[in-house]
Amino acid sequence: MLSRTETFSGGFADPVFDAQTAFRMLMDCMARPGEIGEVALSLSPPAPLGIAAGAVMLTLCDHDTPVWLSPKLSQSPVPGWLAFHGGAPVTPERHDARFAFFETKAPLPALGAFALGTQEYPDRSTTLIIEVASLKDGQPLLLRGPGIRDTAGIAPGGLPADFLRQWNENGALFPRGVDVVLTAGRQLVALPRTCKITAAAVAETPASEG
Amino acid sequence: MSAPDTRPAPGQDSAGETELAAYNFAYLDEQTKRMIRRAILKAIAIPGYQVPFASREMPMPYGWGTGGVQVTAAIIGPEDVLKVIDQGADDTTNAVSIRAFFQKVAAVRATTHTADATIIQTRHRIPEHTLQEGQVLVYQVPIPEPLRFLEPRETETRKMHALEEYGLMHVKLYEDIARHGRIATTYAYPVKVHGRYVMDPSPTPKFDNPKMHRSEALQLFGAGREKRIYAVPPHTDVVSLDFEDHPFEVQQFDRPCALCGATHVYLDEVVLDDRGGRMFVCSDTDYCETRQAEGHVGEMLATTATDREAAE
Amino acid sequence: MYVAVKGGEKAIANAHRLLADRRRGDRSLPGLTIAQIIAQLGLAVDRVMAEASLYDPSLAALALKQARGDMIEAIFLLRAYRTTLPRFGTSVPLETGRMQVERRVSATYKDLPGGQLLGPTFDYTHRLLDPDLLDETADVEAPARRAGETEAVMRVSDILDGEGLIEPDGEMPDDHVPGDLTREPMEFPMPRDLRLQALARGDEGFLLALGYSTQRGYGRTHPFVGEIRMGLVEVEFEVPELGLTLSLGEIRITECQMVNQFKGSAKAPPQFTRGYGLVFGQSERKAMSMSLVDRALRTSEFGEDVTAPAQDEEFVISHCDNVQATGFVEHLKLPHYVDFQAELDLVRRMRARHKPAEETTEHEEAAE
Repeated sequence: MLSRTETFSGGFADPVFDAQTAFRMLMDCMARPGEIGEVALSLSPPAPLGIAAGAVMLTLCDHDTPVWLSPKLSQSPVPGWLAFHGGAPVTPERHDARFAFFETKAPLPALGAFALGTQEYPDRSTTLIIEVASLKDGQPLLLRGPGIRDTAGIAPGGLPADFLRQWNENGALFPRGVDVVLTAGRQLVALPRTCKITAAAVAETPASEG
Repeated sequence: MSAPDTRPAPGQDSAGETELAAYNFAYLDEQTKRMIRRAILKAIAIPGYQVPFASREMPMPYGWGTGGVQVTAAIIGPEDVLKVIDQGADDTTNAVSIRAFFQKVAAVRATTHTADATIIQTRHRIPEHTLQEGQVLVYQVPIPEPLRFLEPRETETRKMHALEEYGLMHVKLYEDIARHGRIATTYAYPVKVHGRYVMDPSPTPKFDNPKMHRSEALQLFGAGREKRIYAVPPHTDVVSLDFEDHPFEVQQFDRPCALCGATHVYLDEVVLDDRGGRMFVCSDTDYCETRQAEGHVGEMLATTATDREAAE
Repeated sequence: MYVAVKGGEKAIANAHRLLADRRRGDRSLPGLTIAQIIAQLGLAVDRVMAEASLYDPSLAALALKQARGDMIEAIFLLRAYRTTLPRFGTSVPLETGRMQVERRVSATYKDLPGGQLLGPTFDYTHRLLDPDLLDETADVEAPARRAGETEAVMRVSDILDGEGLIEPDGEMPDDHVPGDLTREPMEFPMPRDLRLQALARGDEGFLLALGYSTQRGYGRTHPFVGEIRMGLVEVEFEVPELGLTLSLGEIRITECQMVNQFKGSAKAPPQFTRGYGLVFGQSERKAMSMSLVDRALRTSEFGEDVTAPAQDEEFVISHCDNVQATGFVEHLKLPHYVDFQAELDLVRRMRARHKPAEETTEHEEAAE
């Protein structure tokens, strides 16, 4: 059950500078989809929340941002940790959430159930942080779009089964839509809604980024 | 006090809250930084779209770069090297003032060399030296809404962006052509970003518009008084609006810089006397000085040097 | 890494040194104390607190001193300080019905429970410069005081409300969380609570002019001063964990309830409507102007057409903040030579193209 130590420890060692470091890396990744960022900070979020996912949580979530947690994360010490370090309210309503977190292998609900923003305010949409097994050893994917010179490549392992289909539907809603951050342990890659993803031919190695 | 909200945000404790004139790293409190950071990420995800944000009152006046300052404050870290320019120059008073602000509140390293900077905050210019991957250009924006002078109401312009209804802008530009034979917009020239949003590039001369197109650098725009943040990610299409029979064109100067001899750069007109004497020099002071240091000599510099020799 | 810059830094430092000198003025005179400013320029302190939306007389007085008496500069200083303060929560709504009134007047009733109380007002003073103040040696008389405890005085709007003649007082759903435009981006149309916040922080002169314009027919509202009251109210803060309400102290405020005629519409029966004004300190002009503009901004709520500037929410709210306005107006003095160069070039080219046409016209005229 909820351990006090887990709740109160494991946050940023230096909240001001660690948050800046984590944000800057996340911003660079959002600006350059496919680029893999590495969280080199010492923080230890409670399992099953990964280190990069925890860093994103502490960097962006607070009183003003309702957070949706997957069923498994809701049952873990994560809500207490989030409340203590970020003060963010947890919401059961997907469309109210500014951020949504998933552990590895968590089933991915319909993206359309989250906030997609409106045509007038497309920014009022959920950002999903999805933990995957790895970012380099799985299915090779080609990325195109703003932030990428020609194509970029990632190879996430353990991506939810219908992610690509859902992502295409999400892209068709532009400027509305969700944004995604894939995390794997200390690593993360950002997928803004503008990013077009296609499966790379099996024989083809992922194109080197930018 | 122990109300639910009384606990200071992480990191705020060092701020010495009740003391007058105490401040957090980079001035803004952590909650404000998070709010701005969230807006920046959404701005990057929706290129050219103006994200509303709860702009804070800064210790400098609205209209003097509070938007750019807030964006810079939200992204800057101890490892950064900051360059601040106004009208292309590092030594204009407001640039000096903003640079001093960040040196004071963030103890950050400053430079005038475009290539050495990780963050460049600018008012009205894009540096001549091509920006590189890893650099962030932060624009100070007075009026972020490109449609504002055609339609003053936010409620209306927001609808026009939602419906991608930009006919009014084309009508305005075409009226210019009908009346003046050319598009009479010389700065803050509207662009279309990633084929979707019409965006105000801030009051940079249109000479600089092509530099925004598929830039290697991340471009962030902050409008403090109007409470908007927007962005252009690297490698993103930024197309100046035009017509097939009147394609977009930039200003041409018919002479090189009088100090460094540079061509294809934006020049400032410097009035030399009251008899119509004037010279044209680089607006980008760093670019000009670098060229002079490399031995490039413009017409006026050569004259000055000769004069000096003659005097000796 | 120190960066040497050319002139700018030195010029700024020297300008600030001169400013400090001018602020202090003649050194043979004693410097103003904060206590003096609070005690003797109290209405200036009030205005700074009101438009900075920070109730702290000492800091407002300091800001006034630092700003050399420039009100908007002082408001700006205090606002910039306010932004750095942590937020503990929201107070319990002020109960102005329990105000210890120092002044209370109604234009709608000759007499009423609690009576008319003029208080410290400029009204009915003859505006003649007082030479006695040139050399203030004579003692100023102590004020006359009514014996006994101050009692709560009923609000005039409650009298009308009892008869059902006036609309209910700004009903909000129970779960309504008051907005805060210093923490959230503005969006139009705006709920009335946010609008009132904007007006309470708004520039006194701007609101005065707008209120005046409604009286001259630009969005007429047929206003009557139901009541103006000024005095001390208690600020309370609920602490749910402790299950108690703490008193944070008393603040002086001015409240104006403007009663406006309304002929009724298909939806609502004829009844009086409200315009509301509330400001920190003693400022009747601001509270009255605010209540006129509040009512004018409710035009569409009553199914009336928006035809005048004071009724236009986006226009009024976007331009009422004097810190924003002064910043943007004054930014025009910053260098704009890069843009101007672009315009110069264009105008020269257009003139060159225009010239032959002009010359032709002159020839024709000469021929006539």
